[in-house]
Amino acid sequence: MMASSYNAKEEDGNPSSATVHGGAGTVKNKKPDNTAFKQQRLPAWQPILTAGTVLPAFFVIGLIFIPIGIGLFVTSNNIKEFEACLYSVYSKYSFSSLSTLQIDYTGVDLSSPCFNCSQNYIWNSTTPCTCSVPFSLDQPFESNVFMYYGLSNFYQNHRRYVKSRDDSQLNGDLSSLKNPSKECEPYRTSENKPIAPCGAIANSLFNDTLDLYYIDPNGSRTAIPLVKKGIAWWTDKHVKFRNPAGNNLTVVFQGTSKPVNWRKPVYELDPSDSDNNGFINEDFIVWMRTAALPTFRKLYRIIQKKPNNMSPTLPRGQYILDVTYNYPVRSFEGRKRMILSTISWMGGKNPFLGIAYITVGSVCFFLGIVLLIIHHKYGNRNNNADIPN
Amino acid sequence: MRLHLPNFLYRGIPVHRLQLHGQCRRKTLGYGRRSPDTMASWSNSDIHIEEERHVRANDRNYNDKFFYADNHIKTSKYNVFTFLPINLFEQFQRVANAYFLVLLILQLIPEISSLPWVTTTVPLVMVLVITAVKDATDDYFRYKSDQQVNNRQSQVLRGVLQNEKWMNVRVGDIIKLENNQFVAADILLLSSSEPYGLCYIETAELDGETNLKVRQALTVTSELGADILKLAEFNGEVICEAPNNKLDKFKGTLYWRGSKFPLDNEKMLLRGCVLRNTDWCFGMVIFAGLQTKLMQNCGRTTLKRTSIDKLMNTLVLWIFGFLVCMGVILAIGNTIWEQEVGRSFQVYLPWERPVSNNNAVFSGFLTFWSYIIILNTVVPISLYVSVEVIRLGHSYFINWDGKMYYGQKDTPAEARTTTLNEELGQVEFIFSDKTGTLTQNIMVFNKCSINGNTYGDVYDEFGHKVEVSERTACVDFSFNPLSDRKFTFHDSSLVEAIKMEEPSVQEFFRLLALCHTVMSEEKNEGDLLYQAQSPDEGALVSAARNFGFVFRSRTPETITLYEMGTAVTYQLLAILDFNNVRKRMSVIVRNPAGQTKLYCKGADTIIFDRLDPSNEDLMDTTSEHLNEFAGEGLRTLALAYKVLDRDFFEEWMTRLLLASTVMENREQRLADLYEEIETGLLLLGATAVEDKLQEGVPETIACLTLANIKIWVLTGDKLETAMNIGYSCNMLRDDMNEVFIISGHTAAEVQQQLRSAREHILGLSRVSNTADEEKTEMFSNDSVFEETIIAEYALIVNGHSLAHALEPELEQVLLETACLCKTVICCRVTPMQKAQVVELVKTNKMAVTLAIGDGANDVSMIRTAHIGVGISGQEGMQAVLASDYSFAQFRYLQRLLLVHGRWSYFRMCNFLFYFFYKNFAFTLVHFWFGFFCGFSAQTVYDQWFITLFNIVYTSLPVLAMGLFDQDVNEANSHRYPGLYRPGQLNLLFNKRQFFLCTLQGIVTSFLLFFVPYGAFSLGVRADGLHLSDQQSFAVTIATSLVIVVSVQIGLDTYYWTAVNHLFVWGSLAVYFAILLAMQSDGLFSIFPSQFPYIGTARSCLAQWSVWLVILLTTAVCVLPGMAVRFLKTDLYPTLTDKVRRLQKASRKQGPREQNLRRVRRTSSRRSGYAFSHQQGYGELITSGKNMKVSPSTAGPSPCLSSPGVRNSRHFLENTMQRKEETPEEASGTWEVRARTQQTLESNVGSHSNGTQQTLDSNRSSNSNETQQTLMDSRSDANGAIQT
Repeated sequence: MMASSYNAKEEDGNPSSATVHGGAGTVKNKKPDNTAFKQQRLPAWQPILTAGTVLPAFFVIGLIFIPIGIGLFVTSNNIKEFEACLYSVYSKYSFSSLSTLQIDYTGVDLSSPCFNCSQNYIWNSTTPCTCSVPFSLDQPFESNVFMYYGLSNFYQNHRRYVKSRDDSQLNGDLSSLKNPSKECEPYRTSENKPIAPCGAIANSLFNDTLDLYYIDPNGSRTAIPLVKKGIAWWTDKHVKFRNPAGNNLTVVFQGTSKPVNWRKPVYELDPSDSDNNGFINEDFIVWMRTAALPTFRKLYRIIQKKPNNMSPTLPRGQYILDVTYNYPVRSFEGRKRMILSTISWMGGKNPFLGIAYITVGSVCFFLGIVLLIIHHKYGNRNNNADIPN
Repeated sequence: MRLHLPNFLYRGIPVHRLQLHGQCRRKTLGYGRRSPDTMASWSNSDIHIEEERHVRANDRNYNDKFFYADNHIKTSKYNVFTFLPINLFEQFQRVANAYFLVLLILQLIPEISSLPWVTTTVPLVMVLVITAVKDATDDYFRYKSDQQVNNRQSQVLRGVLQNEKWMNVRVGDIIKLENNQFVAADILLLSSSEPYGLCYIETAELDGETNLKVRQALTVTSELGADILKLAEFNGEVICEAPNNKLDKFKGTLYWRGSKFPLDNEKMLLRGCVLRNTDWCFGMVIFAGLQTKLMQNCGRTTLKRTSIDKLMNTLVLWIFGFLVCMGVILAIGNTIWEQEVGRSFQVYLPWERPVSNNNAVFSGFLTFWSYIIILNTVVPISLYVSVEVIRLGHSYFINWDGKMYYGQKDTPAEARTTTLNEELGQVEFIFSDKTGTLTQNIMVFNKCSINGNTYGDVYDEFGHKVEVSERTACVDFSFNPLSDRKFTFHDSSLVEAIKMEEPSVQEFFRLLALCHTVMSEEKNEGDLLYQAQSPDEGALVSAARNFGFVFRSRTPETITLYEMGTAVTYQLLAILDFNNVRKRMSVIVRNPAGQTKLYCKGADTIIFDRLDPSNEDLMDTTSEHLNEFAGEGLRTLALAYKVLDRDFFEEWMTRLLLASTVMENREQRLADLYEEIETGLLLLGATAVEDKLQEGVPETIACLTLANIKIWVLTGDKLETAMNIGYSCNMLRDDMNEVFIISGHTAAEVQQQLRSAREHILGLSRVSNTADEEKTEMFSNDSVFEETIIAEYALIVNGHSLAHALEPELEQVLLETACLCKTVICCRVTPMQKAQVVELVKTNKMAVTLAIGDGANDVSMIRTAHIGVGISGQEGMQAVLASDYSFAQFRYLQRLLLVHGRWSYFRMCNFLFYFFYKNFAFTLVHFWFGFFCGFSAQTVYDQWFITLFNIVYTSLPVLAMGLFDQDVNEANSHRYPGLYRPGQLNLLFNKRQFFLCTLQGIVTSFLLFFVPYGAFSLGVRADGLHLSDQQSFAVTIATSLVIVVSVQIGLDTYYWTAVNHLFVWGSLAVYFAILLAMQSDGLFSIFPSQFPYIGTARSCLAQWSVWLVILLTTAVCVLPGMAVRFLKTDLYPTLTDKVRRLQKASRKQGPREQNLRRVRRTSSRRSGYAFSHQQGYGELITSGKNMKVSPSTAGPSPCLSSPGVRNSRHFLENTMQRKEETPEEASGTWEVRARTQQTLESNVGSHSNGTQQTLDSNRSSNSNETQQTLMDSRSDANGAIQT
């Protein structure tokens, strides 16, 4: 306090200079302005970690997290998860309590119906290999069902893979169409013609065709209608991806070459629907949104609940998944799966979040108790300790 | 306002625009290339090494042969054309800039470029441009000031006198100087307007001494006078030493007209001096420009760096090592992955051409560099920018501090170096100058005792003593037209006594008016100006003047006084001059009535020995008064007189004349004669002069001592003066166990004295320190053995002893001994020794040193210490120009260290802790992601996020914290000096703290990656679209990261001002704004390939699950740290925590009564004879040499002037010679002390021999144990004594 005692004196001694300073047009002296900012006296909130603030915080966080976790967990369980590997437990394709259906149709096992296809696969083979995977549903899927394909051990997030695309070209830029970015190498040109769409991502477009049939008890197959629109992000479909200007896609894409692995050029991806053809084909767009992790799933089709119909979207019974096996993954030990799932407000089935929230909430609560005990037992002794002057 | 801009990785040196005539200035050369010794390396003459200098006056052709430096100085570095290349070259020598340049180059290689080159280029270019602009402005001002100095006018003799610019002055030229002019170069004095070729100079700019100094030309040259023709013909040749930086030494010979004349420093006028009291003088230029002693002294510039800086550089190197390790791990991972997985994955992702030769190792090699690029953000360029900005901000806070503004002189504090601030929070040693720093260098006649009555204290109507303050009424001296209006005295009873014409009071002031060597100058009638050789004497004569005994003028034989308005002329018969042995001076005068009287003033002990026995009663009273005065820290003198018998005097005078003519043993004989006549004196009284301490000095010192800062006083003053000040500012106290005075003349003596002092401390402390339990407790926590010395000691080292003690073989002993003492005072220290002492502590103690001083003699020390502080507003700007911080009053040091320094250190440490944490958390996510993306150096985040994260999203909150944070408010910083301790121990940021923040960062990055990983690997959006795409993942992690680091800074900020709120919330808002903008349709449609993240944020942040993930991540990242911190402050609160709690509580309760702790001066010690006086001036006066009136016209001088004239050759030499001598009585004192200490030891030692041995064996054990043993030994000893 010594300092402030004479500081105070100095302030007392200086009123005249202060007033002189204040007066307009007077001699300006070098006295620093007496503002809260310059004198570092800004009013401030000075929080301290005390037992009074920290412990309640832990309890509150615990009390908030546990219910959230329980809610998430319950929701996630309502979605129900089905996970089975076709190639290993072939016989168990009956789903009683799960609303997600996951079928691995890679065809690794000898017993797998797709084994032959996976073995005899040749690029560019003219006759596509098909296989059928039968399965049964013990419980119906009531609401909209989403059909995904999943890939494992597929490195869509590899740096060279990720950058191997030309967003300008995909946005319909004509110059990029004719002269794709260098990033697309080695899938930039083919036969001296620019590839559209260029790059490794486009080149590796997932091209299996999956069809779903319901087997009536009488043995007849009913194709289940699969909606292939509405599976891409709105911004992707309407902003990011655009076909080059021109009425006739065939003309527009003239002078370009199809990606090496493709069987048909980009303007024939969906000839039936001009709004789903070319770069704005939704299967293509979905594929182009690269996955973050080597195991991923992408939306393939939507099975919509029939309007004004009380019957479930997918009733109980026998089904057949027809696979046109075009996409080889065996060479890098990849896996292909077909997943059927319903969703809730928080998305698909995801037990992780619920469990994590419950865990974190409990740990917080527990920690709060431990801290409280520690504080009561040991913490107080220091509070009264006087400060050496 | 000076322009301060950030500079990176090197210590910036500010522009010294304020150049008085200041040729001397810190020079900014490149870092690392700085030549450590002299400026010779950049002067022209570095081609050949000059050993001897030949200069012939008025002979340019001859002198030109040697290529001596001309008087042109250049301290600027660049010109318009060289600026860009040189500056860029210099900038890229900085590690950081070079590092980022390499990164930039790496990014330009497409094979490894994992990030676009913009991410590095933008910040790097910004940094380079800002630094270049700053360097350019600095250099421009340097150039301007060079120009200004170079263009000064001086009169050069080129046949005729003509005006020339300074820069055109050449070696060998004869130049004319006029009164109050600066000396343009180092010149040899040839002649002057004063008799005998004398001239007076003020050397304040050189050595800080404001006293006038006398220089005398050779007799042969002084005869040249002002005769231009003769001077133009002068063709003497000087052969002298080569340019060097020794200010007080010069050796040379003048060859002229076939004779040799030795030259020494007393004939030289050095550049930077000012000519005073001399109308004109002529001199011959010997050294010019950069070769002058002033410039040679300035060449030494050390690069000052804070310990945090060094630590930071080490850490950056470590981080770089860490980076390389991670790069290697990931590169190996990549090799394996490409070999095992990538090879078969070629169906979809073929290998690139360089890799295609089945060479996974090469791919790994490329990946290594890619990862180096990606992970480089652990050492972001913004770290350096931010550090500089924060330091700059702290400097401005110092400049703006109203409490460090000195209203009387209108000087605010100034941080002249912007980059040392946090070191102010770590100071352990302060080296202080005395004069002008601790004291105001103003002597004030404060009290006196006349004939047994004291005057000077003020009493109120109840008879209580009143503390004298500025508001106390002053005595009205208006009755005296010749009074000095600046003189103040508060006790009116003395004036009344004068007016009553009390004889003793009159005699008292008559003595003061007669017995001195002051010269008076009367420019206008009644406007008297005293030129005192010591300020003490000036104060006394001024006092006499105001009390009606005005010393008006003097001739060699007479002194004219105006006694109460009437002129009285006394005949001055003899001056018995002062010297260190005599410690007194006397005059013998004959008053108009014909009475011969001897007036004597001197040290009380000396005078008391020579008193008439009849004075015993008075002596006792006066002695009491003297004790009282001394207790208040005043400098005392006793006054006595004697009426001389005429016959006796005549006889004595003849003997004196005889004695002064003998050649051998003259001094001794004179001393004996003086001794003979100065006996049987009648005591008049005593004076007490206050060597006015600056305001608040004792309090400041006490407070800094409590903050565990050791203060060493290094002064050029005499031992007694220094000790006196030591007592008055509470550094020396009577209750100290021992004050050691080292004053040996040989190395062996000094060693012996130091050793025994040390042994004494170590030996005695073990036995006697147990006396004070309180202290024992206080120190029981310190582990260093030195610190357990509880007894308080002081060490006082004399100048010549210091010279020996600083020899390499003794310096360790000196250091050890000095560090055991609470107070260290070094007297008679030369500027070089000051620097040596600082250097000694700096290199050996690994502690932060601060040097504070006001004069040019402190410059070397200011430069050497880690932090140099200059007291501004005093005369001379050299210290300020060389300093890092300057302010007007010593007491501001407390605020500078305890408030600004502590805050700066605290803020910088918190800043660094947070910054490293932040960047580890940010960057290492890539490392974890590497394991899932085939080690392909794919970034997790968007490139824009990487570019902006450090610059935009997180820079401002941490800057606000670094600028505004306060753990404890300023009042408490002052009140609890113990809060300063963590800085000294470097607790807040060290390698351990760095490890902790790294760990926290790594854990955070781990959680940041794996929580979203867990949530997303299966995640599907609420509309069924898949969620685990790379862009959504990136946005989620980036958002979590920004929120986590924002919450973390919220927890780290102790002081939430509006700015902090603005920056923290603002940054979050800006993050989301930029995120949405970057991913908007508009930007994408313009640059489709630059903004591929279009729409991600929109669709991603609209998902509940994403927010749930972010919330979870934040909680998981922040809560553990919070729990740990809470436990730490709850269970092991530091002093800071306690004070903060107290502060919070007191704020709630409202301001509490604060007990003011005043430091009382507890000194009952009789102050020594403090007469900062030199011998020889008496002789100067009686010889009449310094009188404007030439001796011949002064009238007949029967006997006195003749010995003076005859001895004229000797007295100057004597004067100069004696100046270097130092009092010798000190060794005697020390011996006495040593004896007492021996007896003490033997007394105690005999009782506790046993314990002592135990102690020795315990010496290495920890201090607590030692303390315990000490306690035991005390009880043992007590027991022994009782039995």
